[in-house]
Amino acid sequence: MIVRTVLTVAGLTLQEAARRQVLRSLAALTVLLLALSAWGFSRIDAEFGGLTSGEARLVASMVLNLVMFGLSLIAALGTAFLAGPTLAGDIESGAALSILARPVHRFAVLLGKWLGLVTFGAGFVAVAGLAQLLVVRFTVDYWPPAPVTGLALLAAQTIVLLTLGLLLSSVSSPMASGVVAVGLFGSTWIAGVVGAFGTALDNEGVIRVGTVSRMLLPTDGLWRGAMNAFQDPTVLVQFGPAMQGHPFLSDASLTGTYLTWAAVWIALVLGLTAVLFRRRDL
Amino acid sequence: MAPVSARVTAEQGGDPTPATTETDTERLLAELPPSPAVWCSGLRKRYRRRTAVDDVSFTVGRGEVVGLLGPNGAGKTSVIKMLLGLVRPDAGEVLLLGRPARDPRARARVGYLPELFRYQPWLTAAEVLALHVRLAGAVVPPPRRRECLAAVGLADRAADRVGGFSKGMQQRLGLAVALVADPELVVLDEPTSALDPLGRADVRDLLLSLKERGVAVLLNSHLIGEVERVCDRVVVLDKGRVAAAGTLTELLGRRELRLRLDGVDAPVQARLATAGDVTRSGDTFTVTLPADPDPTAVPDLVADLVALGVRVHAVEPGRISLEERLLDILRTGGDR
Repeated sequence: MIVRTVLTVAGLTLQEAARRQVLRSLAALTVLLLALSAWGFSRIDAEFGGLTSGEARLVASMVLNLVMFGLSLIAALGTAFLAGPTLAGDIESGAALSILARPVHRFAVLLGKWLGLVTFGAGFVAVAGLAQLLVVRFTVDYWPPAPVTGLALLAAQTIVLLTLGLLLSSVSSPMASGVVAVGLFGSTWIAGVVGAFGTALDNEGVIRVGTVSRMLLPTDGLWRGAMNAFQDPTVLVQFGPAMQGHPFLSDASLTGTYLTWAAVWIALVLGLTAVLFRRRDL
Repeated sequence: MAPVSARVTAEQGGDPTPATTETDTERLLAELPPSPAVWCSGLRKRYRRRTAVDDVSFTVGRGEVVGLLGPNGAGKTSVIKMLLGLVRPDAGEVLLLGRPARDPRARARVGYLPELFRYQPWLTAAEVLALHVRLAGAVVPPPRRRECLAAVGLADRAADRVGGFSKGMQQRLGLAVALVADPELVVLDEPTSALDPLGRADVRDLLLSLKERGVAVLLNSHLIGEVERVCDRVVVLDKGRVAAAGTLTELLGRRELRLRLDGVDAPVQARLATAGDVTRSGDTFTVTLPADPDPTAVPDLVADLVALGVRVHAVEPGRISLEERLLDILRTGGDR
């Protein structure tokens, strides 16, 4: 009964994403971003033909990370604004009344929504991310060292954000939950950049800003891991301290402990959402 | 549960004749009267400082149509939501079709039409039905689903998206959703609030056909005429409490007698008062007769009046309508 509910609701969530023009808007934005980046990369190749191979790798790494950030932002906005209405919107419209009056467990409905969103977000990151990597490959002949790890971490970042979106949507209105989720995502990114400057300046207090925000909401930590997987590993060795604290370069890959924390974070937030949703009067 | 425990004992070798035990248990269970469709006891719900539902208990028997009546804010929708596990009661117990309502399986054969709702606008009517069939874990072949849509007048709108439906059409679809998975209990919260007179008549016919098929119905409606026509019993809620409950005969048992009389003096008034409470408006006297009056009471009264020299112009029997009774219950605070 639980598996049937989870799969039915996951299918419904995917159907919602496909039919509510979210997919079409995302596809349009992604194509635009890919086209712009293809044009940009081809210009880099044409205008800066005189770069050394090391400089070319540095530029390619940075611009790839920049474009990937744009991509992760599209994924974040898309899933956060999809996660908000999916729960809070159903409660507001009363659609949840008829679904939850069926012989279903509330946590199974929630898990189904989450699974649908995860499939959607991860699928988007995989397809759009791969397309971006291919664009870079064909324009400037750059292929990142760990593309699968990078895309997986980007997908994980999206999952963290949509899990947060679901939690917020179980306690607030659809619009508010989407806005707050995206706002927190942006704040954590900025805190991460501030933390990276702290590393460059060797200031413990400023470093802590980044570390704490990365623990509270692991989107920025996962994003930094993804950047590290996309950039050429020799770049930082070659250019060293000059590139420290750069917002689109990451100086370390993620530790197993941090990845475990991200997984635990997702489980905790999803569990908390389930508890709140179970107690909610409709 | 009993057959399962018997089987476990048998597997553990505790019972030498497992088959007999199982058959006996099944027979015993089969002989038990079926549990009511709805049984609730001592339901309470507070929203912050406001008590919405206070000590509400009632039952809906199998195949029985029960109307839930009461003014706005009486707690009717809250009670319905508590029955269906949509709102957590602060106290009280609910059994649906013999299972505790905490267990989602209790709702496997329950159909529900909420009062305020909108289905997923991106789905078609047929897809909404299919979704609910899947969630109910039922097997309903497509022809049966089409019949269900046809029964609520949406046969030709099956492939249209719900987003373009009017409120009335959504309500019709809601009825189809409530009925599609072959329910044994149907809970309808204001099923005709957005319907035109024709739609209301359709719903009435639908309710009567459910009654014929032995499906239990709990109906919350402001349309008292509707309730009066289809319900076997009525539960009246007021300020979160059960103000009155009973069959229509019990609630409407009181009959009236309207008399237009000439030449009424004190002895005549005294004679009228022996028949029941009397109210006077000009030369019209209304006597409220007891719930189960003696069949000779009315002819005897008329004969006595004539003997006392009264000129009798008219004698009209009257029946108190559910509406009058409901207003009476709500104004006087109810009689339990």
